Amino acid sequence: MYDFDLVIPSSVADAASAMKADGAQALGGGQTLLPTMKQRLAAPEVLVKLSDLAEMVGVSAASGILRVGGATTHAQVAEEGAAYPALAALAGNIGDPAVRNRGTIGGSIANNDPAACYPAGALGSGATIITDRREIAADDFFTDLFETALDEGEIITAVNFPIPDAANYQKFDQPASRFALVGVFVARFGDAVRVAVTGASNGGVFRWSVAEEALSADFSASAVEGLAVNAGDMISDLHGSAAYRAHLIGVLTRRAVQSC
Amino acid sequence: MPKVTMNINGRARSTEVENRTLLSTALREKLHLTGTHIGCDTSQCGACVVHVNGKAVKSCAVFAVELDGATIDTIEGQAAPDGSLNVIQQAFKDHHGLQCGFCTPGMVMSAAALLKDNPKPNEAEIRDYLEGNICRCTGYQGIVNAIMAASGQAVPAIAAE
Ligand SMILES: Cc1cc2nc3c(=O)[nH]c(=O)nc-3n(C[C@H](O)[C@H](O)[C@H](O)COP(=O)(O)OP(=O)(O)OC[C@H]3O[C@@H](n4cnc5c(N)ncnc54)[C@H](O)[C@@H]3O)c2cc1C
Ligand code: FES
Ligand code: FES
Repeated sequence: MYDFDLVIPSSVADAASAMKADGAQALGGGQTLLPTMKQRLAAPEVLVKLSDLAEMVGVSAASGILRVGGATTHAQVAEEGAAYPALAALAGNIGDPAVRNRGTIGGSIANNDPAACYPAGALGSGATIITDRREIAADDFFTDLFETALDEGEIITAVNFPIPDAANYQKFDQPASRFALVGVFVARFGDAVRVAVTGASNGGVFRWSVAEEALSADFSASAVEGLAVNAGDMISDLHGSAAYRAHLIGVLTRRAVQSC
Repeated sequence: MPKVTMNINGRARSTEVENRTLLSTALREKLHLTGTHIGCDTSQCGACVVHVNGKAVKSCAVFAVELDGATIDTIEGQAAPDGSLNVIQQAFKDHHGLQCGFCTPGMVMSAAALLKDNPKPNEAEIRDYLEGNICRCTGYQGIVNAIMAASGQAVPAIAAE
């Protein structure tokens, strides 16, 4: 990998000004960025280390919201996210223990890998992504494969998750990568239900609105029986065909509802 | 070049690194602690697992320069100074937890991290915790048995004898 300058800021304000440098990029836990730099798919000139910024680390629950600091590791969310059990379980099942000890929510959401778990959790919960400049609704945040609404140099400082009445995440593991081959996050707030799907679509994480309508009317596994996702939009690779992924979405949605 | 000082296996060690130097490279090439193995260098295999401030981390996926002041434990610190193996290492030896030994430093460090959090894990918990550690030789059963034995539990009956 190419060498770079490293900035270790002592506050979010310092980090934000360091991010204005040409070729600057945020360094979270590095679990995605380091492998990418080794392959020279990324060659930042300046890395701004966010992972130990106290302002950006921590999990807290108040008035129905679970707030997760942008530099909080997956392991910490798994351990301290008890106020939102489905999200804590999602975090505790990302990758493997060593990845969870370094990888952060901000890095996962900013990266928006089409097979990542947190994008499904954030979109499924209707979370708000908080940056050093503004607040972005999850519905507007995940714009395409590896694309988000973040501007150049913008830093995710926290994510606010409304805590649903019931929720569950079903991840069908892709055992080699340890990401989701398909993952479905279901959350019920009163009668309103959100269903977010990761791992499946060529456009990245998405809401399965037909299933949301059916489940909002009748929150039972049988309500989504027979509903199909258009396989034309699905990822097809050596791990699974588009039709297989489309099928898994139905299966995992039913399992998630049953586990709520 | 930046200088980092880390407490490695109970001793303060300093070395100069480039910003891009991985912890695995610093350990192996700068400090000559070659017990930490590089299997894949792509975060997949876990041969490079060490503890950073008590937590299992893939040393090929963290920059040494980020760890100034950190406490690092590697496989070299596991045996007693006279060379006698610790309980996990001895159990790996006794229960066929290794064949070629390439994955073993990472396996032992992951097992040590697991047993610190969960002193009596069941077989499913052991397999789940070792998800990020790949072994191409043993078929894992010997490793699972070793960790059961190291935590003072009965070893499953199908143990290789
Ligand atoms: C073996 C393995 C298995 C994995 N399995 C899974 C899995 O099952 N599910 C899953 O979801 N993920 C998985 N991951 C990915 C893991 O969750 C990463 O930790 C995560 O995607 C990136 O987080 P990071 O903190 O390491 O970010 P980094 O690698 O440091 O950064 C990733 C990107 O985000 C940017 N960035 C980082 N932090 C911020 C911030 N606060 N604000 C703005 N931009 C930021 C960086 O500039 C970079 O572009 C796996 C990774 C590995 C190596
Ligand atoms: S060498 Fe680090 S995970 Fe394989
Ligand atoms: S003993 Fe050979 S890879 Fe595990």
